[in-house]
Amino acid sequence: MLTCQQATRLLSEAQDRKLRLKEQWPLKLHLLICSGCDHFRQQMDFLRQACRRYSVAPPNAGDAE
Amino acid sequence: MSANDGPAGDALRDPSFLADLRRDLLRFAELQLRDQAAAEDAVQETLAAALSGQDRFSGQAALKTWVFAILKNKIVDTLRRRQRTATITSLVPDDDEQEDDFAVLFNPGRHWNPADRPQHWGDPEATFAQQQFWVVFEVCLTRLPENTARVFMMREFLGLETPDICLELALTTSHCHVILHRARMGLRLCLEQRWFTPENPIC
Repeated sequence: MLTCQQATRLLSEAQDRKLRLKEQWPLKLHLLICSGCDHFRQQMDFLRQACRRYSVAPPNAGDAE
Repeated sequence: MSANDGPAGDALRDPSFLADLRRDLLRFAELQLRDQAAAEDAVQETLAAALSGQDRFSGQAALKTWVFAILKNKIVDTLRRRQRTATITSLVPDDDEQEDDFAVLFNPGRHWNPADRPQHWGDPEATFAQQQFWVVFEVCLTRLPENTARVFMMREFLGLETPDICLELALTTSHCHVILHRARMGLRLCLEQRWFTPENPIC
């Protein structure tokens, strides 16, 4: 059984590399029963989207849109 | 929005647009280079390249996106140059790379403490639409340790692949992953505390 600390590490690494099958299944199982880690997973996606948005053109007062 | 269909050079002669753009570019470059002089240089080169560009843009937003793409290339160049001349000490990651910096968030069984359990952040678009969010986002980026932030921004802002970053910085793959993980842990915790928890006012 994966701990939350291990799950967060895998969720972060999933942003950088494809997880192996033997990592994916315990993680999937863990996320089914752990809302904290499932939120963490969503937060990782959020961070990636925010960084994309920010680095394409930082959204701020200077925007003409 | 003022219509400025034309070569980039024309649009960049609008003084107030140029001033705003320059400020945004500089902030973006400083965040990643953490060196004001190097950031000024990168922005200067970017604007010079942009001014001589013949590409045509419909609207300032498209132009801004293009100028930022030039800046990102300049930042990558600067980082590469810096890497070649860097002494070994500057490659050493921040203090001791202890993975359990964030261990306090977990109980002895290594599951979340109830108070530290990640929250639901809601619809990202609704958050991104708020001006103030980006201020907090920048504050949180600035609070990451320097080398941690550098690796994270190479990955997420400059879009480099992890193996390239490791190679570039002469880090092992697992070390790279540890640094990126720490960056994400730090950033999410900062955002959760400063933005998503209403009872904690920002700054």
